[in-house]
Amino acid sequence: MDNILLTIVLSPLLAAIIAGLAGKQIGRKGAHTVTILGVAISCALSLYVLKAQLIDGMPVYNETVYQWMSVGGINMEVGFLVDRLTALMMSVVTFVSLMVHIYTIGYMHDDPGYQRFFSYISLFTFSMLMLVMSNNFLQLFFGWEAVGVVSYLLIGFWYTRPTAIFANLKAFLVNRVGDFGFILGIAAIVLYTGSLDYFDAFVAGADIAGATINIVGDSQWSLLTVACIGLFVGAMGKSAQVPLHVWLPDSMEGPTPISALIHAATMVTAGVFMVARMSPLFEFSETALTFVLVIGATTALFTGFLGLVQNDIKRVVAYSTLSQLGYMTVALGASAYAAGIFHLMTHAFFKALLFLAAGSVIIALHHEQDMRKMGGLKKYMPITYWTSLAGSLALIGFPGTAGFFSKDALIEAVGHSGIAGSGYAYYCVLAGVLITALYSFRMFFLVFHGKERIDEDARHHLHESPWVVTLPLVMLAIPSLIIGWPTIGPLLFGDFFGDAIYVLPVHDVLGQLGADYHGPVAFLQHGLQSPVLYLALAGVVIAWYLYLRNPLAAQAIKDRFAVIHRLLDNKYYLDNFNEQVIARASRLIGMGLWRGGDGALIDGVLVDGTANLIGRIAGIVRRVQTGYLYHYAFAMVIGLCVLVGWLIW
Amino acid sequence: MCAGGLADLVAREAFTDMGLLSTIIWLPIAGGVVILALGDQRARPDRWLALVVSVITFALSLALWTDFDFTSARMQFVERLPWINAFKVYYYLGVDGISTPLILLTTFLTPMIVIAGWEVIKERPAQYFAAFLILEGLMIGTFAALDAMLFYVFWEAMLIPMFIIIGVWGGERRVYATLKFFLYTFLGSVLMLVALVYLHLQSGSYAILDFHNLPLTGTEQTLIFLAFLVAFAVKVPMWPVHTWLPDAHVEAPTGGSVILAAVLLKMGGYGFVRFSLPITPDASSALDWLLIGLSLIAVVYIGFVALVQQDMKKLIAYSSIAHMGFVTLGFFIVWAILANTGMEDLGAISMGITGGMVQMISHGLISGALFLCVGVLYDRMHSRQIADYGGVINTMPKFSALLVFFALANAGLPGTSGFVGEFLVILASFQASFWYAFLAATTLILGAAYTLWMVKRVVFGDIANDNVKALHDMNRREGLILIVLAISVLALGLYPAPLVEMMEPSINNLIAHILQSKL
Repeated sequence: MDNILLTIVLSPLLAAIIAGLAGKQIGRKGAHTVTILGVAISCALSLYVLKAQLIDGMPVYNETVYQWMSVGGINMEVGFLVDRLTALMMSVVTFVSLMVHIYTIGYMHDDPGYQRFFSYISLFTFSMLMLVMSNNFLQLFFGWEAVGVVSYLLIGFWYTRPTAIFANLKAFLVNRVGDFGFILGIAAIVLYTGSLDYFDAFVAGADIAGATINIVGDSQWSLLTVACIGLFVGAMGKSAQVPLHVWLPDSMEGPTPISALIHAATMVTAGVFMVARMSPLFEFSETALTFVLVIGATTALFTGFLGLVQNDIKRVVAYSTLSQLGYMTVALGASAYAAGIFHLMTHAFFKALLFLAAGSVIIALHHEQDMRKMGGLKKYMPITYWTSLAGSLALIGFPGTAGFFSKDALIEAVGHSGIAGSGYAYYCVLAGVLITALYSFRMFFLVFHGKERIDEDARHHLHESPWVVTLPLVMLAIPSLIIGWPTIGPLLFGDFFGDAIYVLPVHDVLGQLGADYHGPVAFLQHGLQSPVLYLALAGVVIAWYLYLRNPLAAQAIKDRFAVIHRLLDNKYYLDNFNEQVIARASRLIGMGLWRGGDGALIDGVLVDGTANLIGRIAGIVRRVQTGYLYHYAFAMVIGLCVLVGWLIW
Repeated sequence: MCAGGLADLVAREAFTDMGLLSTIIWLPIAGGVVILALGDQRARPDRWLALVVSVITFALSLALWTDFDFTSARMQFVERLPWINAFKVYYYLGVDGISTPLILLTTFLTPMIVIAGWEVIKERPAQYFAAFLILEGLMIGTFAALDAMLFYVFWEAMLIPMFIIIGVWGGERRVYATLKFFLYTFLGSVLMLVALVYLHLQSGSYAILDFHNLPLTGTEQTLIFLAFLVAFAVKVPMWPVHTWLPDAHVEAPTGGSVILAAVLLKMGGYGFVRFSLPITPDASSALDWLLIGLSLIAVVYIGFVALVQQDMKKLIAYSSIAHMGFVTLGFFIVWAILANTGMEDLGAISMGITGGMVQMISHGLISGALFLCVGVLYDRMHSRQIADYGGVINTMPKFSALLVFFALANAGLPGTSGFVGEFLVILASFQASFWYAFLAATTLILGAAYTLWMVKRVVFGDIANDNVKALHDMNRREGLILIVLAISVLALGLYPAPLVEMMEPSINNLIAHILQSKL
């Protein structure tokens, strides 16, 4: 098993190195062959590991690969922890990555940075695998930062575009704000356990809950709450939760394949995965869980609103991703970790699908992303159309699709939760269903139905994308539609995750739901009676009415609620706040400290001031040296008198 | 290890390989003198001689690593000869796990600097290369000296070649910069001399290891500590005695900046672990709040200052100050950890000091590489202003890839050496106080902000002007040094264990020593 796991990790890395350093020598074909081969090996072996875990009853694998270093008795290592949670993540990551690799052949066909792009996405696959397979916090942080760097490189892939290089810097810095919390969270755990190993922390979970730490004055804070909130701040950065979500919409500046891979299916779900992995810690801090719940719920609803007013096809999908990440986070906060991971998995398929479909439309229209210049594409691009429909239905949770099972279960779990804040969260996720359906089908109708608003020029060349593009679409559409049926039972209500996810009995909402679970068909029937379905359908109908049936109504609503529209159009003014207040204040502080502190005070007053002072004293003292003998004689006499006087007295 | 004395000393030293340290000190100095004697000739024997000597020195210094006893905290490769008998001054050399990595860093970087100056230095090249070789020998001598007087001689002598390097091959404001550099560091060291003489009078010896065991009262310790503090804080440099550094860097030629950032700053950090902590542990303990405070100011305040720099060299200079803040923070966090967690937690203390040491080595490589990168650009465009660049990646893709790599390393990316020290120090400072760690961790944001913002403006974007358009990518010579440095940054980041293992016994010994009160 050691060699298999090492191969899974190292084959994409090796491929990335070859494509990156020898790109010119091996050419385009060589680059995509070697990277696809690397990821394919990784994917096949990951599925093998998943099978070994599920069917052959392979025990949990937890071994060190090598010791990074050992300081003060704390071992810092690189090692793998492979249980079913890991195996599932590995399979999802490598599968989506493989699809995206194939798709990239078509999408990046004309790009001069072809080899570089393949190198980056393979490097990303390596980094993501290191993250999910880690058995300790050090390697987790390594993977965490490594995926961030690759994301930085890929958002800025088209490095001459000012918007792209603005977006990648922004993404990196916002993520660093999250990592700032993350590293403090790790430090808090090390403070208590003296170890970076997951299991040492998990075993101590209940004990850490009792430990306290001084933060403000003498007030005692639960160390575990501090640690969990710190870790979750990291997740807020990576998984783009409010208010650290601002980087994700801008990240759409990167090529579409990475929007699918990194900014929808895998990297952004790292935070969700991490919290699920840390469930033995989060379970013991209800404060942290409430924090997670409220942040997640806010993200789920309020970023969904933003999706309603976007005209850029990729940005709609990006806001939809934010909202869905919020759903996953809500599940974590409600202690329904398995539901969060389940939604993560289904979302990985249908959201990667939607992004790739959007990309298919974009290349067909020669890099046109404005939905106002689309419409009626159904007849030109049938495969893209039908697969997009599959993805959109899964996204809104249409009964029977993968998204239905995961989202319905998630919402029910939140409804059953007793954790503070779950009431608010429940209404947010419920309302979110309507919003999701509305923006999803707004996009769907604007792109594929209705009047053709395409440029004459583009229409002539309009045709369905080549097979390297449509094959991944179909391959992703299949799980988007059906993966829920076989997986809901074991994942949510069965023993799939085993000990990988730990839930206290009092928080066990999925256990409560499981008591009433009688297979997927019954679940489906139950779903038909819930408000969730009707909210989703209502959303579709409203979208149909506003954007197909009576487009004037949409304009009328926009005008009627201009204030709200402006608020949404400006993304709640959060970007403005960050740029005008935070970034500007940082520069002003820097300027003040530099000019005022270093320049005026230290150099001006202290350094040059001292030099001047010495000069001035010397100038005064110099006058005493008059050169007249009688002045010196007088001084001598005075001095003698004082000395003699002092001696006698 | 309480009572001093010669018997104790001998027992703690392993006399092996007489002469290796002397060789690597005097070989470059002799080489430098020969180059000076040869002078500038058309055939340019100077640079070849400099290269050969520096490479041989590096090769020889590798024996320090291969023959090093990794299990011992004792001084190794010891040499001891009487020098000035009247004052009991010895020519006394030896290294342990703390000084060896710093010597290796010095011998590793000197050939790089020689190669970096290969074609670039046109004015008095022989003197340029001679100055660096002589400086190399003196720096190694400083790290290897175990006699305080010998240490002081090397320490002060280093100023001369550095002074000349900035003063002769520097930029326009080099006179102001050299004067500031010289006065600052010289004034600092004078106080150190007073302290060393006092310690000699008390102990009757000039051996630094005797000073470690010398009992001192609280007042004595405080005064000695402050005298050392001035000398070392200026070198590190710590806020508020740091303003000489940006000026010196900006004016220095590329090689001067590299050696200044990579090695000379480490003299301050080395001084703290070799002198301040073990000689005056109680004063260090009593005044640790001051050092912690100044270190955190370096991280946060200087981080903000670095953000607004318009000159690349100044930016990297400020970044150096911020990164060196982690060194001093790691060293002086010891007592705060003890106060917070109780006596049993020696692991965290070890993390702090090890982190500070690793940070010194790592910063040497990364800041050296960044200054070399700026040198590559400066040689082509004769500008250090960020605003004069933009879109360099279009014309210099290979160089840009390396620059982005070093920038990420400077921002503390895991997998590069820049992460190791910062990670350890942040973990250690959390054990002392949440807020120390909080302030230290702001480097994650600030460090990334100032480094990558510079990268964005210099490297990315469309070609900004005709000068950038005319750039040609790095040549083999430039590529060689940057790639070698990139590999070492990566190697140290992926596998820091050998370095840490080398330091471990000495650091444990140091910790045992500083936890033992002298009062």
